[in-house]
Amino acid sequence: MKIKSTEEFKALQTQISNSRDPEKPCITVCAGTGCIAYGADKLVDKFKAEIEEAGLQEKIDIRSTGCHGFCEQGPVVVIHPKKIFYRRVGLDDAAEVIQKTVLNGEVLDRLLYADPISGEKITYEDDVPFYKKQMRLVFGMNGNIDPTSLEDYLAIGGYGALAKALDGMKPEGVIEEVKKANLRGRGGGGFPAGWKWDSTRNAEGTPKYVICNADEGDPGAYMDRSLLEGNPHSVLEGMIIGAYAIGSNQGYIYVRNEYPLAVKNVSIAIEKGRDLGLLGDNILGSGFSFDITIIRGGGAFVCGESSALFASIEGRVGEPRAKYIHGTDKGLYDKPTNLNNVETWANVPLIINKGADWYQSIGTENSKGTKIFSLVGKINNTGLVEIPMGMTLREVIEDIGGGILKGRKFKAVQTGGPSGGCIPEEFLDMKIDFDELTEIGSMMGSGGMIVMDDRTCMVDVARYFLKFLEGESCGKCVPCREGVRRMREILDDICEGRGREGDVELLESMSQGVIDGALCALGSTASNPVMSTIKYFRNEYDAHIRDKKCPAGVCKELIRYTIDAEKCTGCRACARVCPAECISGEKKQPHVIDQERCVKCGSCLDTCKFDAVLVE
Amino acid sequence: MINLVIDDKKIQAEEGATILQAARNNGIEIPTLCYHDELTASGACRLCSVEIKKGKRTRIVTSCIYQVEEGLVVNTRSERVLNVRRLVLQLLMARCPGAELVREIAEKEGVEPQTRFHPDEDKGKCILCRKCVEVCEQVVGVSAIGFSYRGAEKMVGPPFMESSQTCIGCGACAYVCPTGHITMEERGDERIIWDRHFKMAKCTVCGKKFAPEDQLKYISETTGVSYDTLTTCVDCR
Repeated sequence: MKIKSTEEFKALQTQISNSRDPEKPCITVCAGTGCIAYGADKLVDKFKAEIEEAGLQEKIDIRSTGCHGFCEQGPVVVIHPKKIFYRRVGLDDAAEVIQKTVLNGEVLDRLLYADPISGEKITYEDDVPFYKKQMRLVFGMNGNIDPTSLEDYLAIGGYGALAKALDGMKPEGVIEEVKKANLRGRGGGGFPAGWKWDSTRNAEGTPKYVICNADEGDPGAYMDRSLLEGNPHSVLEGMIIGAYAIGSNQGYIYVRNEYPLAVKNVSIAIEKGRDLGLLGDNILGSGFSFDITIIRGGGAFVCGESSALFASIEGRVGEPRAKYIHGTDKGLYDKPTNLNNVETWANVPLIINKGADWYQSIGTENSKGTKIFSLVGKINNTGLVEIPMGMTLREVIEDIGGGILKGRKFKAVQTGGPSGGCIPEEFLDMKIDFDELTEIGSMMGSGGMIVMDDRTCMVDVARYFLKFLEGESCGKCVPCREGVRRMREILDDICEGRGREGDVELLESMSQGVIDGALCALGSTASNPVMSTIKYFRNEYDAHIRDKKCPAGVCKELIRYTIDAEKCTGCRACARVCPAECISGEKKQPHVIDQERCVKCGSCLDTCKFDAVLVE
Repeated sequence: MINLVIDDKKIQAEEGATILQAARNNGIEIPTLCYHDELTASGACRLCSVEIKKGKRTRIVTSCIYQVEEGLVVNTRSERVLNVRRLVLQLLMARCPGAELVREIAEKEGVEPQTRFHPDEDKGKCILCRKCVEVCEQVVGVSAIGFSYRGAEKMVGPPFMESSQTCIGCGACAYVCPTGHITMEERGDERIIWDRHFKMAKCTVCGKKFAPEDQLKYISETTGVSYDTLTTCVDCR
């Protein structure tokens, strides 16, 4: 059935909303990629089977939803309407959850989340510290809808912003609203989206294209993936509104083929959107036509760069070109093209629905709204978190993240993906926004946030990121192709005890040369991990080069493990885990590590309960 | 005409000209490696980087692509520019120790090899300037060679590095190669390039072996001139 007018659309939406009883119990099972890995698919089937067997189909709803963000606790189950939060739910728990919790309101203590610090058990989703301080405007809807159901999205007001835009707003008015909201690109650059739309609209040439960049590639970052998988219609709605404002009839979603669930859910969403008349010719009877094609990328990091992405869609090698002429003037097929990333598009319906004034009220002076971060590393609560711009790093790490794993000491947080920088403790009270992060030598990037403790070697970290970028460099320009690899080789030398006086200064001058000389942003930001670690952790470089020591005890060539004879109780725990079988000693007598055979894996250190294993 | 300043010298250039063209027309030398007058500039080698100033903002751009603008102030030898140029030359000397052209430019620019870099042994003389791939695509029109892999592993050659059926043996790639990495050999009545042997056509008048038969067939097909006409060499026509 195709809807032919916005009135008809509104009537349908009201009808769907009215048909849903908010008090009816609903078991929502997170079916994001993380929870599926924990067996969420089978859990949904099990819940369905149990409900059917008990003949409760009319009384209980079951829904497999998009990612909830708290991935390390999967499979995550939330029981509505009270939003009782269960984690690590197994197949054997299903029947009991239905009988006891859903039907009798009894909370199952063993499935509750316990605060890692206080040990306190928490019953409701909103009280879980991980969620409590978040502001889940964009990502929160994931938990309420089945991503393959258009009806679910309509039930929470979905496509209402599109109807509003088509009904009474002129394209220029839509652009003004987005400009006023000061929505900045969530993919890394932070360029104001409204201005980009305006440039594309005013550029000469037809057709005009809009593109959704879903070539997410930062190690450990998966917010775009989870949005596309969990709420594809919100991205489509943003794109349709954008296309209307820009005057485009053709859109593309460039998504990497390694995201099969995202590809599947977006494909379903596009098809259902077409069936209902939300995509295709004469959308909602407005006279405006727009359709979207999915392009599956081969997984090259560099194809997230706009001009390389255009090349890839055109069927050419994914190499960037110099952008002295912007993509808004000459982009895909040399036509005016507006490219925004997944999260940026998903923000658009919110702005149109609630208005720029509302959006402006969230965030800092020049960074508005929320940002989704992928919080990972040596931290208690890992997962996807959405916070208002302006929250401090400390709040994210300590309150939402629950602090450093095993109570260790915080050392640095790396933001912005491989091209970002490492931020030391002195900046923990800094407000998170585009400009502040850039100011201290890092960046927002697409929202990676890797927390590191005192057992992380910052020289090794810089080396890790350079190695990643070296492998992802397209190889077109000399500074990136050759420079990044030579810098990595020097870092290899430093980490392996071959560092020389003057290496740090050479790295600094090379970094500047690569920043100035590289063709695209991949190259020109590749030095950030090196520059920021030299700036804030210079003493670690000096220790490696001058004293041939790794203060964090990471670089294998520079460390040795020994056992403190006074502390060792001879429990044999270390000897049992040692893969090289190089720890010897009588029971209840101090043990010794054979340095010749030791492979420096650190298993003994992790195992010893008496702090008897030393790294020096 | 557009008015701009390059290295303190007031210059007029035609609209659409690049900084590099404007500079060279006025006797200001900027070193290049991947630039060729007849090919679309790719900006790959970055050797022609210059510093531009627009208002208060300065930045580094590649002069082979960046077009002149009214009031632009260009510095071709600022400290930042020389740092990029030095880095590029040192990186290429380490990649291709045997490439004489790179060494010559480095010498002229007063750049010494960086001893901290371990010279490569497996890259030959190929600096990946792209001219060969571009001439094959843009001028010859056959795209017989291209790039494979990426990053430092990137290399030029026919698909899968097997002898290409599209190649017409014209030798344009070897001709534009600035370092002599691409070799072409004439042996008997054959030309050997990219591991493929091409039979050479003899001029019907003087008997000189002047072009591969495949190349003449290709020209005949694309221009409509009969093959028999083409088998007379340029000197005898």
